[in-house]
Amino acid sequence: MDRVLRDKKAICVFILPALILFTVIAVLPIFFSGYYGMLEWDGIGQGTFVGFKNYINLFADNDVFIKAIKNSFILAGLSVFIQLPIALLFALILAYGAKGENFYRTVYFIPVIISTVVIGQLWMKIYNPSYGLLNTFLRSVGFESAARVWLGTAETSLMSAFVPIVWQYVGYHMLLMYAAAKSIPGEIYEAARIDGASHMKTSLSITIPLMQPIIKVCVTFAVIGSLKSFDLIYILTNGGPVHSSEVPGTLMFNTIFHKFMYGNGSAMAVFIIVECLVLTVIIQRLFKVEQITY
Amino acid sequence: MKEETLKGKLWTVHISKRDSNHKIGRYILSIILALFGFIQLYPLIWLVLFSLKDNSEIFGGNIVGLPEKFLWQNYSSALFNGNVMHYFLNSVIVTFSTIAISGLLACMASYAIARMKWKLSKTVLIFFLLGLMIPIHAALLPLFLILRDLKLLNSYWALIIPYVAFALPMAIFILTGFFQTIPKEMEESACIDGCSIYRTFYAIMLPLVKPAIATISIFTYLSAWNELMFAITFISKQQFKTLTVGIMSLAGQYITEWGPIGAGLVVSTLPTIIIYVLMSDQVQKSLTAGAVKG
Repeated sequence: MDRVLRDKKAICVFILPALILFTVIAVLPIFFSGYYGMLEWDGIGQGTFVGFKNYINLFADNDVFIKAIKNSFILAGLSVFIQLPIALLFALILAYGAKGENFYRTVYFIPVIISTVVIGQLWMKIYNPSYGLLNTFLRSVGFESAARVWLGTAETSLMSAFVPIVWQYVGYHMLLMYAAAKSIPGEIYEAARIDGASHMKTSLSITIPLMQPIIKVCVTFAVIGSLKSFDLIYILTNGGPVHSSEVPGTLMFNTIFHKFMYGNGSAMAVFIIVECLVLTVIIQRLFKVEQITY
Repeated sequence: MKEETLKGKLWTVHISKRDSNHKIGRYILSIILALFGFIQLYPLIWLVLFSLKDNSEIFGGNIVGLPEKFLWQNYSSALFNGNVMHYFLNSVIVTFSTIAISGLLACMASYAIARMKWKLSKTVLIFFLLGLMIPIHAALLPLFLILRDLKLLNSYWALIIPYVAFALPMAIFILTGFFQTIPKEMEESACIDGCSIYRTFYAIMLPLVKPAIATISIFTYLSAWNELMFAITFISKQQFKTLTVGIMSLAGQYITEWGPIGAGLVVSTLPTIIIYVLMSDQVQKSLTAGAVKG
């Protein structure tokens, strides 16, 4: 038996196709990007090696990139401080066995599985200045003056592009938290219930502390997802007008494929990866979770 | 005796008051749950509604209500004039090839990692799992250049190859976990019967991990069907456009006509919704499997 399972040839046959494909397509490109980031290159012919100039330029004379980073942090803040609390609230309500528990859980999750292109096009219609759902609603309840060109105005474009992102993924975090809340054994609550503690109190002092590991996962996902956000912003505003809703993802994409500045764009790509890794580590540190045993 | 009944009465009053508070609380909760369900669902219902209207109806004021006449021709113009049918077939080809190839490669690799005995198995697993953290941004330009040099841009492979590579980490993560739970005796008896390792893998082990294969297939389906960034970069020819890119062109083509765009959006979401309706629990489990274990 052991001999069969140590068969070197068989191991190679099983592992190599996946390993080679993964290495060549997913891992090596990161190093290529790191190298392209040191070139001044428009994609035609050979680039000139310029060292770390592009990386320094990202911050030295590039207000737009700094703004894009700032915007992505605003999105991360919205996700962590608005989306996650909403998700937590509904996860707890459902986990306590509210009527229609399964139905609502299923419904809340629907936007998560729909493609961002569909969500983006749909929200463009919602924001349509003349016939969109939002302005129609505002006019019908008498807030005529509140109606505006949501995506086309620099003041509102950023928030308008972020709302659909928060809306789409709130159900995802809710489901993660719901599953975690459900997995806490019932006996733990019994003592609290005998003492007459309310739902609110058991949530704050028992459920939420026990949910720390999943909250950490959700915070990580929400922050990383915000830093690398691309799809919905690209569809809704493509970073505009005048870069008001720019995020690093859209800026990188346009720098590479519309301005053909391969070096600069690659430096941005590398920055996004490093930023994501650093923040993952920071979040892990912030949550110094002790191992909880039931 | 008298005193005791009084006490009893007071107690009952106390309980019934608590019950009615409880009832009001439950009532409010139901309203909140329904309201949130409405927020998550209504935009999608609205999409279906306007996919069946024409411009004169939408611009004439019936933005929110049911269509006066159900305009099914919006669907035929989206499907045929708008090429949605064509994009749809391309998406089917790309997505299902991705599911099949990544499923097979991931099963083979996971089997070698989880069941076979070799020194580097843990290291290789960690290497794959690092892939869960790679944002695709960094691979975008290098892959674009590799595919360009291989003359693979604008082909099905331009999407299938990257999709498979980026689907592997999650698939291997879920599958190795599953393979490890299978008792050793299954292989041992096969080995005694003289099965080769390949036959053991194919005939004995694969059927045992079917539930995990279902999980990763759903996961891979959703990420391939909905993927945008690679698709808009690697595909520009009409002939190979998948739904995500195709919908972007459709929206450009019918910029002022809401009906056909809506119809295109509905059609491209339909398979996802059908899968979700048929197995919502399984879909929810697939999308959270990675997070819950990690």
